Amino acid sequence: MPKDQPDINLSPKVSDEVRKTTCYMCACRCGINVHLKDGKVAYIEGNRDHPVNQGVLCAKGSAGIMQVNAPSRLRKPLKRVGERGSGEFQEIEWDEALQIATDWLAPIRRDDPSKLAFFTGRDQSQSFTSFFAQNFGTPNYAAHGGFCSVNMAAAGIYTMGGAFWEFGQPDWDHTKLFMLFGVAEDHDSNPIKMGIGKIKGRGARVIGVNPIRTGYNAVADDWVGITPGTDGLFILSMVHCLMKAGKIDVNYLAQFTNAPCLVNGDEKSPEFGLLLRDDDGKELVMDRATGKLTPFDQKGVKPDLTATHRHAGISHRTVMQHMAERYLSDEYAPEAVADRVGISAKRIRTLAAEIARVAFDEAFELEQEWTDFRGETHKTMQGRPVSFHSMRGISAHANGFQTCRALHVLQILLGSVEVPGGFRFKPPYPKPATAHPKPHCGVQPDCPLDGPHLGFVQGPDDLALKEDGTPARIDKAFTWENPMSAHGLMHMVISNAHAGDPYKIDTLFMYMANMSWNSSMNTRGVMDMLTDKDEDGEYVIPRIIYSDAYSSEMVAYADLILPDTTYLERHDCISLLDRPICEADAAADAIRWPVIEPDRDVRGFQSVLCELGGKLGLPGFTNEDGSQKYADYADYIVNHQRKPGIGPLAGFRGDGDQAGRGDVNPDQLDKYIENGGFFVEHIPDGANYYKPWNADYQDWAVNLGLYDSPQPYLFSLYVEPMRRFQLAAEGHGDRQPPDHLRERIKATMDPLPIWYDPAPENKVDDFPITALTQRPMAMYHSWGSQNAWLRQLHGHNPLYLPTKLMRDNDLSDGDWAKVTSPHGEITVPVLEMAALNENTIWTWNAIGKRKGAWALDENAPEATKGFLLNHLMHELLPPKGDGLRWANSDPITGQAAWFDLKVRIEKAEAPTESQPAMEPIKSPVGKGPKQLTWKVGK
Amino acid sequence: MTTLPKSTDRKLGLVIDLDTCVGCHACVISCKGWNTENYGAPLSDTDAYGSDPSGTFLNRVHSYEVQPEQGEAQLIHFPKSCLHCDDAPCVTVCPTGASYKRVEDGIVLVNESDCIGCGLCAWACPYGAREMDAVEKVMKKCTLCVDRIYNENLPEEDREPACVRTCPAGARHFGDFADPDSNVSKLTAERGGMDLMPEQGTKPVNQYLPPRPKDTLSEGAGDIDILAPYLEPVAQEAKGFLGWLDKTLEKL
Repeated sequence: MPKDQPDINLSPKVSDEVRKTTCYMCACRCGINVHLKDGKVAYIEGNRDHPVNQGVLCAKGSAGIMQVNAPSRLRKPLKRVGERGSGEFQEIEWDEALQIATDWLAPIRRDDPSKLAFFTGRDQSQSFTSFFAQNFGTPNYAAHGGFCSVNMAAAGIYTMGGAFWEFGQPDWDHTKLFMLFGVAEDHDSNPIKMGIGKIKGRGARVIGVNPIRTGYNAVADDWVGITPGTDGLFILSMVHCLMKAGKIDVNYLAQFTNAPCLVNGDEKSPEFGLLLRDDDGKELVMDRATGKLTPFDQKGVKPDLTATHRHAGISHRTVMQHMAERYLSDEYAPEAVADRVGISAKRIRTLAAEIARVAFDEAFELEQEWTDFRGETHKTMQGRPVSFHSMRGISAHANGFQTCRALHVLQILLGSVEVPGGFRFKPPYPKPATAHPKPHCGVQPDCPLDGPHLGFVQGPDDLALKEDGTPARIDKAFTWENPMSAHGLMHMVISNAHAGDPYKIDTLFMYMANMSWNSSMNTRGVMDMLTDKDEDGEYVIPRIIYSDAYSSEMVAYADLILPDTTYLERHDCISLLDRPICEADAAADAIRWPVIEPDRDVRGFQSVLCELGGKLGLPGFTNEDGSQKYADYADYIVNHQRKPGIGPLAGFRGDGDQAGRGDVNPDQLDKYIENGGFFVEHIPDGANYYKPWNADYQDWAVNLGLYDSPQPYLFSLYVEPMRRFQLAAEGHGDRQPPDHLRERIKATMDPLPIWYDPAPENKVDDFPITALTQRPMAMYHSWGSQNAWLRQLHGHNPLYLPTKLMRDNDLSDGDWAKVTSPHGEITVPVLEMAALNENTIWTWNAIGKRKGAWALDENAPEATKGFLLNHLMHELLPPKGDGLRWANSDPITGQAAWFDLKVRIEKAEAPTESQPAMEPIKSPVGKGPKQLTWKVGK
Repeated sequence: MTTLPKSTDRKLGLVIDLDTCVGCHACVISCKGWNTENYGAPLSDTDAYGSDPSGTFLNRVHSYEVQPEQGEAQLIHFPKSCLHCDDAPCVTVCPTGASYKRVEDGIVLVNESDCIGCGLCAWACPYGAREMDAVEKVMKKCTLCVDRIYNENLPEEDREPACVRTCPAGARHFGDFADPDSNVSKLTAERGGMDLMPEQGTKPVNQYLPPRPKDTLSEGAGDIDILAPYLEPVAQEAKGFLGWLDKTLEKL
């Protein structure tokens, strides 16, 4: 070293200790190494051994240190002392808080448990919170899926027994073409980035279909700036092209899907349009070898795709024939759809041709023998290296369920699901809709509910209706308005509870859901509903309990606040019973554990539910002598058993070396901690593709406890349960829809994917522009703004306008525009963006903050320049003049149709701040410090 | 004035792949975290929860829109930190010798105890890669995680800059450009790695890999006609299609 260079310490001590746990800065659930110095968090990095992130970590994850020290953290239980919405609270002790909650909830449970509505937002413990709700006995439970991506999840499960993200992933090691439809950039955040990096590294093509060219779409080799809400039409047009060219996997369709199943063609039969089945309920196919009707699963059967079964003068044709008739129609020709989707016919053909080229010309085989459920052994595994991914972009439309279905049908026609190079399920998926529970709504005073709340209906008999035919649930899930609402409709709870439609409730209990701000449509309206009083001067929604770790906008609207811990101060389990973190080659689960202790008087919400369940005497939460069963959530995680031998965590059961099934192991959490906070069980080679039909996989899954018996099934190109609802609408059966919904059910519940346009109902003639939001990769919902580092990346959110709309409206960067929808108006700053669909405007989601929330200064840019598009939306569609309340949701699943928003814009005088400006709320935690120099080590 | 070494034994630096960078800011925050806790004074944040938050960052991601003559507009994410130039003007301008380039590996560093906070180096850097810390009043810049890459308290696989270790898309690579067989030298050669603003004569060590050509499946682009035969119809309508299906099944 030259003598004028200073001597620096190249090997400083990094930390006293590294504790490995699971991130919660978004929904991705990466493994993290938390470096501690003097018991304080010094640095957070990704855990290299972890199956989800393999060492990498996003901006949110690395900024966790600023979440754990955020001044917005709630400190103590709070009791409301001012008017609701004022933010006037008194700090109370936990004993008092729990007593208040018990005094409110005990009489409800005794008399009518449905008077409690318990909804959890970004909850990662749904198998636990639903267990609490089920024991309480209320039918009114769901998490946030209904306003997130239920269309994607439900369409995937009904079609093929799993969807994207938590359900499956592209075969990153073999895929040669990856097509990405609209996706919130934080869904499967790090794995998608890692996957894109990997496939681009070997020169594979990435195609992004999205009106906005940011993030993944910015690095996509090809960008398709589609007109929002028309993805389904685009996909079906590609289906048209591929079928017409015979670029479909005929062998795969015949063996593994219901394409060869026969559809009842007897128009007079109550089973018209259902699949022909034998006495055991098995779908029948025509066997090419024998020419006879045969159950689909028999050894040696060669299902015929083109057969017609003639019986008693009636022709029953295959699903494949129905598909050919529909999709070969010129209605789906690229020329017929080009104008509506905003993609030229030539380009649609080119994209379809590229898919065909890669799927069939670049097809390959893996030298891996496997045996299918019919007992037939295959020498190799056929690869189809085309994969897809999508999330909210296509699902958050009123046509989203059918659009998601269309995408899965495209995947299946190509034979690219569960094959090398295609899309692969992650355990516990594949799992067909028939293997999931059905919804339960049997309420009795002083009793648990008669089964799980949420599930997959198979027909009208499974709807959650009372004896008089009215909705059993406050959110009207599983009713004729949205029969297949597998995740509930959290976005309708407050609106319905306020309207007393279908009935009034007593207590609204919510967790991690910012309903008075960015998590509701019609934000101002929701505030009014939460604070509205009846003629007696009582709140229309009498009591509200809320749990959150932070001083969010919702805190001010509750009567009792149960302060939660941050994610580094708590136990959690990322469970196979819930929303697991498995990989296509392995089952996996994980824990969080208190790597630091809270410095405030706060408690993990799940532990509080253990206490509350004990105080209320709920059966699942009390011992025989009436005492509290689980001391805290950690106790539950280790000792709870859903079925004998099956608990929240699959790893280290029994004496510590049993996986999946096994006795309770009191040392289980220590074993997880020793193992880096997670557990992985690999799928053996040969069992890891063709999972729905692979005998070795099915046996492995049964051994691990994912199924009780092998569950091979056919993919449902044709979704029979949908046809059962159509039959009811046509007048068949005892359970009949109300007349005003008959035509809609007939039209939308088509068992083969269709596309319909939600724009007219959103008054597109007067409001011709689509307005979208998306989430920055570096922020998660409203949580990011309290984070001193992340808010410097996204401190305010301009409204991005395409060049054409800037010019048409004489706008320049920094000008302000008034944006008007059928429901409301906002005035906000604009910025030009060229890489944008020319009739779409957009902004970042949930950057806008209410003054007084999140311990921010009232002049924070989030509160002065930031804004929400939510003010432009309504949970109901614009009135149709029939006096009915039509939800702004998908008519099949109830998914909130966030992305159907239509607006018009005009230049506006610059106001002093974004409009509407809400009055400040009083902060229960004060404001953050002026300056940060965060260094914990000496 | 401070002198630069005539040559350095190694030339450590980064390759940043603009074809793959999704603009997620993971590198920005990972850097902020490591360098707040480690080398020198913490990276401060003033008005952290206020109306004008402003913190010190050693690495930032900028985004630029590009409108090609033909075809769709593009968005390029462009991470930027010190490029550890061979002819670093920030070093030669330093009046105290606080700014220096290490002989052994070419890393450009600031010796904070000698820095008087005059800011000349930040003016001299054509890339805007240095930031004055508002609280400590010393100049901060990318250290290439000099306290990680040789750190014997870290497992060997972790001895790389925090930004490289964390990058989810694998768009950042660390290595020795003096070694023609290193990963960074090879990537630079294979993918046409570029100097940033070569006309400045700073001879930056860090290299940027340009985005690959985009939108080749668009109107007017080359692939569109080559692919047409893949959609040659097997039939025009349902009946003919079923005949084709039948024949195909027969062959299986």
